[in-house]
This record gives sequence, C-alpha cells and structure tokens, in this order.
Amino acid sequence: MNPTMVSSPSLFSVEGMVGVVFLIMIAITIIGGLIASNAERVVRAVAGLIVCFVGVAGIYFFLNSPFVSMMQILIYVGAVAVAISFAIMLAAPEQRKKVGPSGPLVGPLGFATAALLAGGFSVLAFKTNWVQMDKINDGSLRTIGLELLTRYSMVFELISIVLLIAILGALVIARIRRES
Amino acid sequence: MTILGLYNNLNTFLVIGAMLFAMGIYGVVTRRTFIGMLIAAEMILAGASVNFMAFNRFVAPDPVTGQVFTLFIMAVAAAEAAIGLSIVVAVYRHYYSIDAEDATQLKG
Repeated sequence: MNPTMVSSPSLFSVEGMVGVVFLIMIAITIIGGLIASNAERVVRAVAGLIVCFVGVAGIYFFLNSPFVSMMQILIYVGAVAVAISFAIMLAAPEQRKKVGPSGPLVGPLGFATAALLAGGFSVLAFKTNWVQMDKINDGSLRTIGLELLTRYSMVFELISIVLLIAILGALVIARIRRES
Repeated sequence: MTILGLYNNLNTFLVIGAMLFAMGIYGVVTRRTFIGMLIAAEMILAGASVNFMAFNRFVAPDPVTGQVFTLFIMAVAAAEAAIGLSIVVAVYRHYYSIDAEDATQLKG
C-alpha cells in the first residue's frame, strides 16, 4: 500500500506514537458508542454520544481531514449534543422512566442483528480487493472550498434550504398552540 | 501489519464504521425512549460517515468528494435531530411520556 509505511514501527518512534494515539482514539470511539447504546439513563447516553463523537473526530484527523474533524466537533459535540440535552431537560421525566428492553427477546435479537451486520461488513471489507487510484488533488481545505462553490454549489444551496426548512418545521411542531 | 501501523490500513476504518453502525442498530432496536433511538440513529450516520471518509482517503481519486459528502451528512443529521427532538417535545406534551410504547393513539 503506502510506500512510506514501515512494516513494524517501534513503540518510541514517531510512527509508533501515532499508532498508539490511533488506538486510543479507537478505544474512545468504541467505549463511547457502547455507553451511548447501553446506558440506562438518557443523560448518560448523551454523554457517551459526545465521547464517541470526539473519538470519531480523532479518526477523521487520521484520515487526512482536519477540517471535517473540526466540523464534527463543532456540529455534533457543539450543536446536536446540546440540542439533545435541551430536549431531555424539556421532555424526560426520570422518575417515571422504565428501563430495560420492552420484551425478553429484544435484547438478544438486537445483539444478534448488530453482530451479524458488523461481522458481515467486516468480512466484506476484508474479502474485497480495493483498487487504489491516483489522487487528482490534495484534498486540502482550499480545494474543498473551491469544489463546494463550483462543482457542488447546487447541492450546497439545497442543503442550506433543507436546514432552513428543518429549523422552521421544528419551531412549528414544538411551539405551544395558544388557541387550544 | 502490526497493531501500531493500523492507521494506514483501509480495513481498520471499515471495521470501525461497521462497529459504529452495529452499535447504532442495537440501540435503535433495544431502546424504549424516543431520545435513545435518536441518539442511536446519530451513531448509524456517524458509521456511514466514517466509511465515506475511509474510502475518500484510500481509494477515491478525488479526495474532496468524501469530505463534502460527510459535511452534507452532518447537515442532514443536524436537520434530522432538530425535527426529531421537536417531535419528542410535542409527543411529551401530549402523552407526558417519551416511551415509544405509550404513543398508541393511532394503534388499531
């Protein structure tokens, strides 16, 4: 694959330290995801989601994209998690919340489905022979900006309208109707 | 391929994306509350984004496409979270519960 890749970097070389940081990021992501999908209280699930997304931002950093990594922290950790926290404060009565799955079979069946999906996708990833192609640009922030405003400008405008309509729709749905 | 050189391998990122996706699916299936399902759905989208970014880094000829697509996924996820949370608040005002099994007015 990558010609600069060393086959077995030592722990105290630069590549080895980068590998250690990457393993830490994977651990943060997986632990946060497990908390987010298994915690009994919703507030703890949101905290796990934040931890998971910080780890995903670190993984994006390893994929040569510090811009998307920053956007991940700004949008998910900064906006979506805060919005979910507000919704919990507005709508989650902790004292009457029933915990646990709704049936005896839901937990094992859900776990079986998730394990089947993860295993299947992993086997698919390892079995396929991915063909690498030469890069036509460097994928820097400058090229992202140029392509966003030239090739993807229509999609950019559309996503802005989608966000505007979503915000207006959220306000309309959640407002208190005074006539009733 | 040693364990410290994992970050230079496409399969590592694909497995991470698959695990995020699977944890999200597990959360959607087993959660009782609407907010828990919404949190799990965000994790499904994060898994898809990790896959896009991995292919963008390792196999795609234009390394901008995956990043732009991931940005659009983030925007759509933010819109989905806004709409979903407002629906949760409206459901709570009506039923005084965010348990998915309590919202049964349309049940036959």
